[in-house]
Amino acid sequence: MQSMAHPKTAVLSTEAITKVYRSGSVAVHALAGVSVSLFEAEVVVLLGASGSGKSTLLNILGGLDQPTSGRVMFRDQNLSALKDAALTEFRRKHVGFVFQFYNLVPSLTARENVALVTEIAGDPMPPEEALDRVGLSGRMDHFPSELSGGEQQRVAIARAIAKRPDILLCDEPTGALDSKTGITVLEALIGVNRDLGTTTALITHNAEIRRIADRVIYMADGRITKVEENSVPIAPAEVSW
Amino acid sequence: MRALDRKVLRDLRGIWAQCLAIAMVLACGVMVMVLSVGTQRSLTETRDAFYERHRFADVFAGATRAPRSLLSEIAAIDGVAQVEARIVFTAMVDLEGMVEPASARVISLPSLGEPALNLPLLRAGRLPDPLQPDEVALSEPFAQANGLRPGERFRAVLNGRLRELVVTGHLLSPEYIYTLGPAAMMPDDRHFGLIWMREPAAAAATDLDGAFNDLTLSLSRDAHEAAVIAAVDRLLAPYGGTGAHGRDRQMSHVFIEGELSQLGAMARVLPPIFLVVSAFLVNMVLGRLIALERRQIGLLKAIGYPTPTIVIHYLKMTVGIGLAGMLIGWGMGWWLGHEMTALYTEYFRFPWLDYRPGAAPMVISGAAAMGAVILGAMRAVSAAVRLAPAVAMAPPAPPVYRRGWADALGYRLGLRQTTMMIVRSLTRWPGRAAVTLFGVAGSVAVLVASFVTFDIIDVVMEDLFDRTNRQHATLILHQPVKEQAELAALSLPGVLHAEGVYAAPVRIRHGQVSKLVSLMARDPAAELTRLLDPEGRPIPLPDSGVALPESLATYLGLVPGDKVEVELLAPPRQPWHVTVTRVFRQSMGQDILMRRDAFFALMNETPQINMLHLAVDTSFLPALQTRIKQTPAIAGFTLWEDVRASMEATMNESLITMTIIFSGLGMLITIGVVYNAARIQLAERAHELASLRVLGFRRAEVGYVLIAEQMLLTLVAVPVGWLLGYWFAILMTQGFSTDIISLPMVISRATYAQAALTALATAFVSVLLVRRRLDRIDIVTALKQKE
Repeated sequence: MQSMAHPKTAVLSTEAITKVYRSGSVAVHALAGVSVSLFEAEVVVLLGASGSGKSTLLNILGGLDQPTSGRVMFRDQNLSALKDAALTEFRRKHVGFVFQFYNLVPSLTARENVALVTEIAGDPMPPEEALDRVGLSGRMDHFPSELSGGEQQRVAIARAIAKRPDILLCDEPTGALDSKTGITVLEALIGVNRDLGTTTALITHNAEIRRIADRVIYMADGRITKVEENSVPIAPAEVSW
Repeated sequence: MRALDRKVLRDLRGIWAQCLAIAMVLACGVMVMVLSVGTQRSLTETRDAFYERHRFADVFAGATRAPRSLLSEIAAIDGVAQVEARIVFTAMVDLEGMVEPASARVISLPSLGEPALNLPLLRAGRLPDPLQPDEVALSEPFAQANGLRPGERFRAVLNGRLRELVVTGHLLSPEYIYTLGPAAMMPDDRHFGLIWMREPAAAAATDLDGAFNDLTLSLSRDAHEAAVIAAVDRLLAPYGGTGAHGRDRQMSHVFIEGELSQLGAMARVLPPIFLVVSAFLVNMVLGRLIALERRQIGLLKAIGYPTPTIVIHYLKMTVGIGLAGMLIGWGMGWWLGHEMTALYTEYFRFPWLDYRPGAAPMVISGAAAMGAVILGAMRAVSAAVRLAPAVAMAPPAPPVYRRGWADALGYRLGLRQTTMMIVRSLTRWPGRAAVTLFGVAGSVAVLVASFVTFDIIDVVMEDLFDRTNRQHATLILHQPVKEQAELAALSLPGVLHAEGVYAAPVRIRHGQVSKLVSLMARDPAAELTRLLDPEGRPIPLPDSGVALPESLATYLGLVPGDKVEVELLAPPRQPWHVTVTRVFRQSMGQDILMRRDAFFALMNETPQINMLHLAVDTSFLPALQTRIKQTPAIAGFTLWEDVRASMEATMNESLITMTIIFSGLGMLITIGVVYNAARIQLAERAHELASLRVLGFRRAEVGYVLIAEQMLLTLVAVPVGWLLGYWFAILMTQGFSTDIISLPMVISRATYAQAALTALATAFVSVLLVRRRLDRIDIVTALKQKE
């Protein structure tokens, strides 16, 4: 594969992973042999129609799920051999997640939602700094229900980056947002990537967003169909929604 | 089946464990009602039928020797229906192969035929032949315990003469359903029984020809009992009348009444707790289910289902829970009722005793159970059906959290965010927290009230056997003898120390209230039996005046310093006004005490004794017992070790069983409440908790959010439960106290601790059951659902 020849260091990589979901006698092949690598400090966009296997791949990369076959490597560590407790440790130390529906704890304020993670992380940044990075220093003591969708998603980003993760995995982070709000969210993600050098993978079905990435991986029917290098990524503000 | 009904069944199946938990709490309330009301009814009906068919007397009196000619005067008293004069006396029984002496109460049967009152029921054999003076019938339990079949012979000392008697039959009497020997605390069928003898033989044995010493009367329907009693007393006074009394002082009757009132107390105190908790639980669970089905309700309304149909749909679910609880409760109550009734037949000798609860406890408990759940459901249902279809179909507004006092406290304490989540959940849904808190507190209270039994029994036993009665044995004498008998007793084998007591029946009166009790006149220096102050410390017998037990003092409204009238029910019979100089603690009986010298100074007689307490070198016990059987002056012998053993055996059998049952009930409340609360928590927060797992929280850390909230509530509920339990224990000791036993109100720290630990452990296990479900949640799937 093209990606194997890439000169940079791979943070996460998969080798011919498959994922089969069984429901009674029906077997659904969500991933049908995917080999891919995510490199230090890059921004990767995963593009594909719904059902193409993007989310399944992201979940496996993030240690939320195990492949049916194949290997997942985090640096020198074989994630596919890990049990549930070890996968939890992997997520705790190395991965930040951002989801379409934010997944904030409604009973905690913005600051507390971030503190939730910093309290269990090894070398976190203060919650205030994380919120400042996403432009929310003025809304720290608000509960999620008191924040707009975009603000909630930025809290989710702050929460994901506060532990200084090695990888930031975002599943449709702008999926529930209007264009203007979506851009502020993307700006927050790109800003973090630029400032902290966090490897960032982002799922979207909005093809325009691919232009902010260093690389674009196209998926269909559980396979990678194409990988594109983007030598001149554009700023989020230039994305036409 | 209609589609909506099918939905009811499926919904119930979906939350079967929660429904079962509620049904079980409900079942407990139903069970206690069916058990206590049903047993009470069975016992009452059996007793009443036995009383009626066997003509149980209404008034009882004793005398030293009254001429039979007096009977016509007694029969002429206004209100007296029937009169039966008898000869009753105590005899020592010497049974083959039994070292220790047994005693019996000998009761005369008329010369011919059956007695008019207290007709014994013939269970085996026949009544004694009037022409055969050695023939006797025995009480069935005594005969069975000692293997004395009709036709067999045994020896007894009748009024000082050793006689060989022949058993002709076995009897049961309405007068002795519960049989206690002299100075006994518990029935002891091996060592105490009843002997029925034809009157000529009894008269010959006691030199009471043409006379009687025991009188029983039945009253006409409109009789005035107190007036009859007064008239009988007046007539018997010259003949050593010892005070007539109604059924309320008849030993066997009093014990049955006590048991009935205890069952009544149980029926009043316990079921309401279970019913109220069930109502809250139904409200909580159904409220949650309806919240989840908000959109379905909106949809049903939108497609044209009228509101009442929807209300009925949800009420059907409730009725399902109620039915399950009712049926389980009926079943358990029925079964335990049989067990308990069987247990009663060991102490209460009815000719028959079947558990026949009748329809009433079933109907009442069923209606109460249904009422509780429907009431609980109504609130949840009515809130849901009020919504307009369009509003109902839209998702509910997310819960609004606000900062409050808890936040400031949280920051000050430096709580972690997972703990803050718990604090906010509690302050956001205080009603739900209150249900858990109230339920667990109720559970702790039931546990305290059931464990406290052991504290009370410990105190009663310790007071009775270690602090008050320290003698090894007590002898009852046929006739009062001079004090010097104390010295004579020392010559009996193994007797180390002897203390005489003069026991006399008296009527004690203060204002309008009076009571028949025993007065114990004894040496102030007595060491074998002692008085205890209300704290249980030994105190000396006051130099003058009379000492009363607390329960009697309370009943008569007396405090030390008050004057009280004490009327001796034996010659010289005149009432004395004496000062109450002490109130002491006594859990069994209501004896009053005086110094012997003071008592006999009032009597103008030389001091006498009719009871002897002995300290014995127990290695000489067999020799002592053999000697006692041959000593005509002794009418009764009590070995305190035996009394203690039989009391302990009874406690172990009945009380431990009851305690286990009630602890089980207490635990079920906690299970019902905590399990349901945790399930609701899990259902509502599955998404949030899955998010925590994604963020890298370990299973235990996520489990903490679920477990700690329930455990925190349980912990807060514990002191509330202690308070409630204290109050229950007071109700219980009051409800269970009778004239014979007054239960002290003592709760040990161990009881509080055990109740708390049991509730905490039960809550922990209940919430762990839910935590297992948390572990099974697929985080990827949970995250895909929108909040």
